[in-house]
Order: sequence, then C-alpha cells, then structure tokens
Amino acid sequence: MRYAFIKAGPSRSFSDDDAFFRNRSDPAGAEIDIYTGARFKADPTKAAILIELQDECLGEHVDDQAPQNANVLGFARYRNGRDEPSNLVEIVRHSGTKIAAVQAVRELFSAAGLEVVVCSDHVGRIINRLVIPKYNAALRFLDEGLASQADMDLTCKLGLGYPDGPIERVVRGGLANHYSTSKALFEAFGLPSFAPPRRATAAFRRDEM
Amino acid sequence: MTKIIKTVGVCGAGGTMGAGIALVAARAGFATVCFDRSGDTLEKAAKQSIGFLDKSVERGKLDATKRDGIVASMVRTTKLEGLADCDLVIEAVFEDLSIKRELLGQLDAVCAEDAIFASNTSTLSITEIASGSKRPERVVGMHFCLPAQLMKLIEMSPGILTSEEVFGAAWQWTETCGQTPVKTQDKPGFILNALLVPFNNDAIRAVEAGVAEPADIDRAIKVGLGYKMGPLELIDLIGLDTQVRLCEAFYPITLDPRAATPPLLRRMVAAGLLGRKSGRGFFAYEGNTMFGA
Ligand SMILES: NC(=O)c1ccc[n+]([C@@H]2O[C@H](COP(=O)([O-])OP(=O)(O)OC[C@H]3O[C@@H](n4cnc5c(N)ncnc54)[C@H](O)[C@@H]3O)[C@@H](O)[C@H]2O)c1
Repeated sequence: MRYAFIKAGPSRSFSDDDAFFRNRSDPAGAEIDIYTGARFKADPTKAAILIELQDECLGEHVDDQAPQNANVLGFARYRNGRDEPSNLVEIVRHSGTKIAAVQAVRELFSAAGLEVVVCSDHVGRIINRLVIPKYNAALRFLDEGLASQADMDLTCKLGLGYPDGPIERVVRGGLANHYSTSKALFEAFGLPSFAPPRRATAAFRRDEM
Repeated sequence: MTKIIKTVGVCGAGGTMGAGIALVAARAGFATVCFDRSGDTLEKAAKQSIGFLDKSVERGKLDATKRDGIVASMVRTTKLEGLADCDLVIEAVFEDLSIKRELLGQLDAVCAEDAIFASNTSTLSITEIASGSKRPERVVGMHFCLPAQLMKLIEMSPGILTSEEVFGAAWQWTETCGQTPVKTQDKPGFILNALLVPFNNDAIRAVEAGVAEPADIDRAIKVGLGYKMGPLELIDLIGLDTQVRLCEAFYPITLDPRAATPPLLRRMVAAGLLGRKSGRGFFAYEGNTMFGA
C-alpha cells in the first residue's frame, strides 16, 4: 500500500531517517496520507488518513460526526519521553471511523514490521493512561521515603519481570517530559492520580528557568 | 550481637507460600520445621516439594545427594511446640490480622526469648501484626514473591518497634539463602503490591471505559513497555476473586480511589469469571491455551 507523509515539523513516531518514512511515496498516488504536524484536509477518496497525535485526542483535529471523516484515524508510536520510539503503534479510531480504514492502517503498519493496537479516542490512549498514574505513585513513594530509588526499581524488575524500573524509566525519558504528559492527562481526566508529581514539576520548572 | 540462625520454622507450611519458603530455607542448609494446623495440606505440600526437587535433579540443577539432604532437613509437625527450637519463625498463614496476631502470641509462649518472628503478609501492617507478640521488637516483615522457591526478591520491612539487630539478622539470613532483599517501610502493599494492585485496577477500568479490547490493552503493555505479561492476563492468573480481596484489603486503609474494586471486576466475579482457574476471565482458556488475545 502506498502512503505519503504530509509533514510540518518533526514527527515523534518516524524521524526522517526512519525506514518507514524513507519508503513513503508521492502524495499524488498515495492511498493513505499521514499528517504529522500539518493541518489535515478531508479526502474521502483515500483508503485512510492518519493524523499523528501527541498527548491530545483525535477529536481536537476532526469532527467525528462529519461523514467525510469516516476514513480518518489518529496514531502515535509509543515512546517514553526521549527514549527511541517503541515498536508499538497505537491507532485511534473515532466513533465514526469505518472498519475498512482501520483495516487498511493495520495492514500498513504491520507490513512495516510494527505492532498495532486499536483504541478509542481518549487522551493518553492505552499506555500513558495506564502507566502515568503508576509512575506518579512511584515518584510520590520515593518522596515519602517508602524505599530507595534503586530498591523500587529492583523490586519491579525482580518481582514483576519488568525490563526496567518505573523511576529509572521516567528519569531516562526525562522528568520534564513526564510532567507534560501527566499535565495533559490531568487536564483531561481531573483525577489526582494524573497530577504531575513534585519531582517532575520541579524538573520542568528548572528547565524553564 | 547478631542472632545466629540455625533452625527455621515456617507456619502455614502446607500453603502455597509456606511450602515455597520452607524449600528456600532447607535448600540453604537450615534445619527446617514445617508447621501447619492441617496435617493433610502439610503432607500434600511435602509431596509437591519433593517433586520440585526431583525436577531440579532431572534438569541437572541439583545433585541427588543434595536433594536427599534437603528432604532430610525438613520435618513436619501440626503441633506448635515443634517450633520450640527455632531461631527464626516465618509465618505464612492466612492473610487475617487476628489469626496472625494470635499466632504470634502463641509463639511467644513456645519459642526462645531471642527468637525472630517474620511475617510474609502482603497487605497487613507489620506493626499491627507485631502487636500480637509481647516482643514486637523481634518481629519483622519478610515478603516473599510467588513462587517463593523460584523468585529471588524479598521485601523486608521493619515495624515501628522492630530492633535494628533483628532487622539486620533477618536481612542477613535472606542473603545467606541466596535471596535479594530490598528495604521498604511498613506501608500497605510495601512496594510491589502498592504499585501493582492499582495498576491492574486501572487496566480493568480501561476495559470498562471502552478504551480498547483486553487483548489490545495487554499487547500495548507488552510491546510498548516490554512486560512479560499484560495486566489483564496477569489478573486472570492471580484470580479475579483474589484481585477483589486485594482491593478490599487496600482501599479501606489507603482510601486511594485506584485501589477501590472496579465495578466491572465485581460483576465478573459475580458471574463466575474468575480467570484461569474458572476457564474464563478477561480471556477464555482451555487447558493451558489462551483464546481471545
Ligand atoms: N499467594 C500469594 O501470591 C502470596 C504472595 C506473597 C505473600 N502471600 C502471603 O502469604 C500468606 C499465605 O498465603 P498463601 O497464599 O500461601 O495462603 P494458603 O491459603 O495457600 O496457605 C495458608 C496455610 O496456612 C495454614 N494456616 C492457617 N492458619 C494457621 C494457623 N493459625 N496455624 C498454622 N497454620 C495455619 C493453612 O492450613 C494453609 O495451609 C498470606 O499472608 C499472604 O498474604 C501470598
């Protein structure tokens, strides 16, 4: 399937030297258009139109009630802050997205060797919705003296088989990045578990100074 | 002076955790007294432990002479008095504060003044359990992971009154057994369950909110984060009824909304969907095969 990128700024999912970006085709003959940063234009003749999302929901880009948007989906390759992107692409379908468009996008990413999951249109999609409260709790526990950072990370690795501990992960991805994602989820859900934790807020403010 | 530990007692040694903990102690060369109030479960556990050791021999991880030595070092009893000579007694009886407190009171009467008592509780407070003993300074938290005979991690927690000497001796004992101790405060769920129980609940709430199908939630977590198991598959393994019990233990103490039982979980348990053990939870199982993921 031929796909084109309509890019206005850097993509967090596919850098310019990523093979998937390099294998793009010309917009004229593409069956799928991928918007990264650029303002999207409806085109019902395409098999699918993809909009790269950051922390926002797809509804901020498209009206899901409009029939011409039935082939539009959001996507993001999951990435922990400044870590390299993972192999996972979260695809976001809105309430009016047609199955055929979901299928086309699934095939597109699977053919590129990426793993695909489909979710409905919520801020934080699947992973951030689940891990941000956990990382926030770990950072709070650290402040409260529950255990040392090393012991908390080791506990998760040895006790749960995680490849890395929650705190080393957040620190590696950047505490300031963690702040921004937490803040977006906190604004969307209003739940204390998403509120940016002290350490992340402090790191963000330090960076601003 | 640091207490020298030679003989170890395990209370609830017929249970899932107790049997594994007894193996850890015996394998490290300690005379091990396996105590349980139920003789039948004690016998069953002994057979399973021998089976486990036999497998280790088959796999070349243990030699047969060592196996025989381990088996010989484990004695079984249904009488509390059998623990009289133990330097360290680890309790892994039912997760019930009054049962654990009562047991410690009984151990006071049977064991030497300088014996160390350890609790394998997952959710209860070490300080509250220790209040069942007249020697709370000799009580320490020692939380093994399931299966204890394979998992290296132990969360070690001092209660408010635990003496440094006792904590140090218990810590050293875990290292002698080849385990990896980590230190945590005496707080609900220590580190592991404090992070895991609410996280698993969040995954259930995501299913309930229609964020994604269970299989997609698990795949996202496995591929995106490199976890060996997705949260919903893990809950199926733990048992949905056990997850409810964990929520019921944590929520009233922490009042953390994430620890409250998700309504979907309650409904699934009511419908008899308990996970692997009932053949269906978030996924369907036939034998050991999983469907739906
Ligand atoms: N199962 C787990 O995954 C797990 C993990 C870590 C810690 N724990 C903790 O370990 C403890 C035991 O859990 P389990 O899952 O092994 O339970 P279990 O039900 O498998 O075993 C408990 C055993 O204790 C015995 N028992 C109960 N009261 C007794 C008493 N007063 N005196 C002597 N024996 C008594 C029972 O006969 C039974 O054999 C609990 O505190 C639990 O929170 C469990």
